[in-house]
Amino acid sequence: MTMFARLLMQSFLRQRRRKLLAWLAITLGVAVATAMIGVATDIGDKMNRELRQFGANIVVTPQDAGLNVKIGGLDVAPVSEHGYLRESDLPRIKTIFWGNNILGFAPMLSTRAVAIKAGDQSFDAPIVGTYFSKQIIAGKQSYTEGVRQTHPWWKVAGEWPRDDSTEVLAGEILAARSGWHAGERVKIGGHEALVTGIVSADAETNAQIVVPLALVQQIAGQPGAVGRIYVSALTKPEDDFARRDPRSLSPADHDRWYCSPYANSIAFQLEETLPNARAAQIRQVAQNEGRVLARISGLMLLLALAALIASGLAVSAAMATSVFERRGEIGLMKAIGAGRVAIAALFATEAAALALMGGLVGFAAGSLMARGIGTAVFNSRISVEPATLPIVLGIALAVTLAGSVTSIRRAVQLSPAIVLRG
Amino acid sequence: MKQRDRAWRGRMFVRMLWRAALVRRSRTITALAAMAIAATVATALLNLYADAQQKLRAEFRGYGANLVVTAKDGEELGSKVVSELLASKEFRAVPYAYVIARTANDLRGAPVVVVGTEVAAAKAMNATWWRTSPVGGDLAMSTEIAGAMFGERAFKTLAHGSAPVELWFAGKSLSVLPLAALNTGGDEDDRIYVDLGALEKWTKVSATTVEIATDGTPEQIKATMARLRGQFPAANVQAIRQIVEGEANVLAKTRSTLLLATSIVVLTAALCVLATLLSWVLDRRRDFAVMKALGASQRLITAFFATEASLIGSLGALGGFALGVITAMAIGRASFHASVAPQFMLLPVMMAAGAGLALLAALAPMAMLRRIQPAAILKGE
Repeated sequence: MTMFARLLMQSFLRQRRRKLLAWLAITLGVAVATAMIGVATDIGDKMNRELRQFGANIVVTPQDAGLNVKIGGLDVAPVSEHGYLRESDLPRIKTIFWGNNILGFAPMLSTRAVAIKAGDQSFDAPIVGTYFSKQIIAGKQSYTEGVRQTHPWWKVAGEWPRDDSTEVLAGEILAARSGWHAGERVKIGGHEALVTGIVSADAETNAQIVVPLALVQQIAGQPGAVGRIYVSALTKPEDDFARRDPRSLSPADHDRWYCSPYANSIAFQLEETLPNARAAQIRQVAQNEGRVLARISGLMLLLALAALIASGLAVSAAMATSVFERRGEIGLMKAIGAGRVAIAALFATEAAALALMGGLVGFAAGSLMARGIGTAVFNSRISVEPATLPIVLGIALAVTLAGSVTSIRRAVQLSPAIVLRG
Repeated sequence: MKQRDRAWRGRMFVRMLWRAALVRRSRTITALAAMAIAATVATALLNLYADAQQKLRAEFRGYGANLVVTAKDGEELGSKVVSELLASKEFRAVPYAYVIARTANDLRGAPVVVVGTEVAAAKAMNATWWRTSPVGGDLAMSTEIAGAMFGERAFKTLAHGSAPVELWFAGKSLSVLPLAALNTGGDEDDRIYVDLGALEKWTKVSATTVEIATDGTPEQIKATMARLRGQFPAANVQAIRQIVEGEANVLAKTRSTLLLATSIVVLTAALCVLATLLSWVLDRRRDFAVMKALGASQRLITAFFATEASLIGSLGALGGFALGVITAMAIGRASFHASVAPQFMLLPVMMAAGAGLALLAALAPMAMLRRIQPAAILKGE
C-alpha cells in the first residue's frame, strides 16, 4: 500500500466523528437538492392533472350548426340549423397523435323541452343526454369515457345512472321545484325512467334532466347523433408559437407545432379526425390553466434553486471547517518534508471520497423524499430520473471541493513552526 | 467592594466573549455563516409559504366569476338588488340580462341571444380569456344606434363587415354596430353583447343575473355567500362549483407541496447547523479545560458557552432573516411579478430558533465534557 493510500485510510479511520459530520452535511445537502429537483421537474405534470378538475378545455361542435341560441338551458334554435356529429366517430378521438393526452371526453345532445310526467305532475323540461362512464373500444384498448371524467365538479346525491339503461339524473333546481328525490319514477317523452340521483352542476344543467345518450337520441328521433363533445386534454401552456396559424407555417415549423401538445394543435387534430367537426379551446379553462401552471412551476423551480444554493453553501461550510481543524496535521506533514501538491492532493482526494459517498446516499434519500411528497400530496409517485445521478454527483463533488479549496490553500501556506507551536 | 467585584466580573465575562470571537475569528465566522444560511432558507421559504397562496388565489381570479346571483324562478332581480351588489367594495360584480332577438320582425329572422351587460366591466373581470379584437365599427353620435361586441360566430353569421345590424324584439328594433369581436371558445361566441341600459330601454327586460368575483379562502367565500343570502332573501346565491372547487383543490395541493418542501429544507438546514456548531464546540475543549484549571466553576463555564452559542445563533438568524426576506422578495417578483410582503412576525421566531439550536449544540457536548479531567484534555489525550 502506498503512503498516500495509507494516509487516506488512516484519516478516515482515526477521525471517524469528524468525517461523519462532514459526510452527514453532504448527504443531507444532496438529499434535499435531489428531492427538490425531482419535485420541481415533476410538479408541472402533476399540477396539470389537478387543473383538469376545471373540466374540459376543448369543445367540438358540428361545423354546419347554426348559432347556439340557448338561455337557461332552453334551446330555441330552428331545427333545420342543428348540425350533428356522429356517435360512431367518437372512438377516433383516442386515435389522434396526442390521443394519450386525452384524459376524457363526453358527448352531449340536448333537446327542446320534452313532456315530463311524474305521478300527477306534468310539465315540460329540457333534457340533455351524455355518457356517464361508458366503456369505449378504440383500436385494441378499452377506455372509460363520460362526464365523470370531464366534469369532475358534478356532484350527485344518490347513484350515478348506468349508461345502457333508462336511469337518469335530475338537476337540483328542477328536483327542488318538483319535489323529486332519488328513486322517483318518471316518464320522459313517453319513456319510463328512474331518477337515481340529484345532480348539482352548473346553472344550466341544474334545471335539466340528464339522461344516457341513447335515451335522448330515441326521444329526439336522432339515432347516432351528438350535438357537441367536451374533451379534457393534458396540454402544454400556450406560447406565441402555439398561437400561429398552422396553415402559414413552414413544413418544419408545422411538424413542431403539430407535435406539441398545445390546446390548439390538439383541437386541430380533432378537426382532422372527426368529420364535420369544429374544435376550439375553451379559453376560460385553457388560458387560465396555462397561467396558473406557469406560476406554480416557476415557484417550485425557484424554490429548488434556493434549496440547491443553500445546500451547496452548507456543504462548503462543513468542508471548510473540517480542513481548518487539521492545520496541526498539515504543519507536521510539511515539517517532515511533504510538498504542497502532495498535501493538497491528499485533502482533495479525501473531499472527493466524502462527496461521492455522501452523494450516493443523499441521492437515494432524496429520491425517497420526492416519492414521499408525491404520494402524500398527489397520490402518485414523483420519481427522480436515474439520469440525474451523475449530474447530482458532479455538483456534490464540485461544491465539496470548492468548499475545501480556500481552507486547504490557507493551511498549506502557513509556516509549520507557527502551527505546531499552537 | 462586593459591587465593584461584580462589575469587574461582568466586564471580564464580556471581555472573554469578545476575545473568544476575535481570536478564533474564522471559526466564529463559519458558525455564524452556517446559522445565517439556514436562517436565510427558512425565512425565504416561510415567507413564500405565507404569501404564495394569496398570490395564487389572485391568479385564479383570472377564471372570472366564482359566485352567481340569480332571481328565483326566472324573474328579474330588481334594480335595488343589482345596484347594491354593484356598489360593493368587497368584490367585483357584473350584471347580465338575456333576450332572444331576431334579425327581422317575424319568424323568418334568425334568432340570436343578445346580452345586456356593462361591457367594460365584463371584459375586465374575464380579461385572461375574453379575447376581443376591433372589427372596424366606429360609433357615430346617434342615439338610434348602439355599439355592440359580437361573439366571433355571431359576427361571422349575422354581420356584414362593420355595417349596423338590425335586431328585433317584441316588435321593436334596435340597430347595433359591431365594434369588436369576442372569442372565448364557449357560449359567448354565439352572442351579441350590448350595454345593459340600451337593452333595458329597447326590450324593457332588466338584469336577471349578477356574476361576482370574490377573492378568498373557501371559508371566506362561504361566509360571503351566507351574507348575500341573508341580505337578498328573494335571490338565489350560488357558487360556480367548477371554479370554486377546482381552485380550492389546486391550492390545497400547492400548499401541501410547499409545506412539505419547506419542512424538509428547514429541517435539513437545522441539522447542518447542528453539525457545524457541534464541531465548533468540540473544538473549544482546550478553552474549557484551561478555564476549569484556572478555577472557574462549572456554572460559569456553562453560562459562558451558553451565552456565546445563543449570541451566534441569534445574530446568525438575524442576518439570515434579512437575506431570506430579500430572497423571498426576489422569488416573488420573478414568479408573480409582485413583491412578497415580509412577515416580520417571523423574526423573533427565527432568532429564538437560532439561539435554541445553538444552545442545543453547545450544551449537549458540555454534559459529556464535564466528566473529563482538564489535565487529560490539556495534555492532548
